[in-house]
Amino acid sequence: MLCAAAAELANGDVVFVGIGLPSLACNLARATHAPDVVLIYESGTIDTRPDRIPLSIGDPALVTGAAMVSPMTDVFQYVLQRGHIDVGFLGAAQVDKAGNLNTTVLGPYSRPSVRLPGSGGAAEIAAHARRVLVVTRLERRAFPAKVDFVTSPGARVARVITDQCIFERDNHRNELVLSALFAGVTVDDVRARVGWELRVSNEVRMLPAPGERELKALRSLRRA
Amino acid sequence: MRDAVAAHVRDGDVVAIEGFTHLIAFAAAHEIIRQQRRNLTLCRLTPDIVADQMIAAGCLSTLVFSWAGNPGAGSLHAFRRAAESAEPAAPPRGRLALDEYSHFGMVGRFAASAAGLPFWPLRAYRDTDLPVANPNIRQVTCPFTGEKLAAVPALRPDVTIVHAQRADRLGNAQVWGVTGVQKEAAFAAEKVVVVVEEIVDETVIRADPNRTVIPGFIVDAVVHEPWGAHPSYAQGYYDRDNDFYSRWEPISRDAAALEQWLDTYVRSVPDRAAYLDKFPGLRQRLAAKAAPSAAVNYGY
Repeated sequence: MLCAAAAELANGDVVFVGIGLPSLACNLARATHAPDVVLIYESGTIDTRPDRIPLSIGDPALVTGAAMVSPMTDVFQYVLQRGHIDVGFLGAAQVDKAGNLNTTVLGPYSRPSVRLPGSGGAAEIAAHARRVLVVTRLERRAFPAKVDFVTSPGARVARVITDQCIFERDNHRNELVLSALFAGVTVDDVRARVGWELRVSNEVRMLPAPGERELKALRSLRRA
Repeated sequence: MRDAVAAHVRDGDVVAIEGFTHLIAFAAAHEIIRQQRRNLTLCRLTPDIVADQMIAAGCLSTLVFSWAGNPGAGSLHAFRRAAESAEPAAPPRGRLALDEYSHFGMVGRFAASAAGLPFWPLRAYRDTDLPVANPNIRQVTCPFTGEKLAAVPALRPDVTIVHAQRADRLGNAQVWGVTGVQKEAAFAAEKVVVVVEEIVDETVIRADPNRTVIPGFIVDAVVHEPWGAHPSYAQGYYDRDNDFYSRWEPISRDAAALEQWLDTYVRSVPDRAAYLDKFPGLRQRLAAKAAPSAAVNYGY
């Protein structure tokens, strides 16, 4: 999943990085095929090259050696809202058929069964990045037909990368379509884990297993 | 610290304790807990463990925020219990009131007040449920282009407490590393308390004026409190205690364990120095390595 997510980045992309799986994937890309990728975190660390995997988006390793550290007013207005972000990389608790993301609540907002952390920067990243990539594990409760709460809109979501497969967003029909499978996963496996009638691409790619180079890079990424 | 909190934080206040992962004023929050402040509205983009502790201690009635999690470690469970509660009681057992935004929304709220304006415009929230959930997120129409933009109201804390690496006695505070919204939160507030690792001579500040983030003329109190941000960090002084953040998950999940933690590490210690004594070897474990920058010439 991480290798497939990393593969989505082109060398030189300017990427706004969310915490967790997105951060791991971006640093893996930087360590392998995309050494010139420009990583930007919400904390204001710009073109950062952390020497350890950050546990949070404000980790001190994101500061040491970064090209720029700016206040959050600047990163959200002059960089994100101004339109400089090629790729926004997000996680999500729920993803729906239209690619909307939920990180706010399960159940109604006024009486939630589960209170999730909230938007953070996700709502604006999803609105302004030219292309949004989502990385999250494939589970039925995480892929309902409609999310309980739209934290981040799906219009700019290009791909949803999971541990079983990849979905691509069909922008004419505003829905996620199955476009690639990992080895050993079938279309029916995926169908059973989404809460809507899943459309499948005419040409479903079979994703290669990670190469030795990627695995080595993954293992060598030092943890905070 | 005791005097600063006694003088500047009152029951019912709107308090901003900022620090975006970096320079979170934990020592100040602990003193607020010790002095048993009640009915506070806490403003932080990321509530972090500091809010979890203040909620559990019964200090807060309202939380103004944009992301309430413990990244890589789990959840803020006192926050969740109070946000999910249906009990007719005060928090933490009863419902904590939430005034929820996104990071950009919170940035805008502080920026508006810092600029002396009533609101801040953002191109945000279209096709999302946040404006439905929070009626404080509204719309304005641009008087020049007719474009509809989101608007968030100015946020003016009664007091903002920030932790900085150093300041002089006049309160000219210098920060490097992640500055987050510290500057905006300070300028937005009625009163400002600056907590520092070091109090330095005026000449040190004046030798590097670009590094000054908060000017002394808006500061009401300066508190010297080394290690005052632990378990958060101070760039150049000490690392984030990521181990502590990970180990917070089981403590937070168990309300009784959390109560005991507060008794042991907050209520029964008189100050931050005594708190640090409860973590043998902590200073050595977290002390920052050297990564100095080259001096620049301000002469002419």
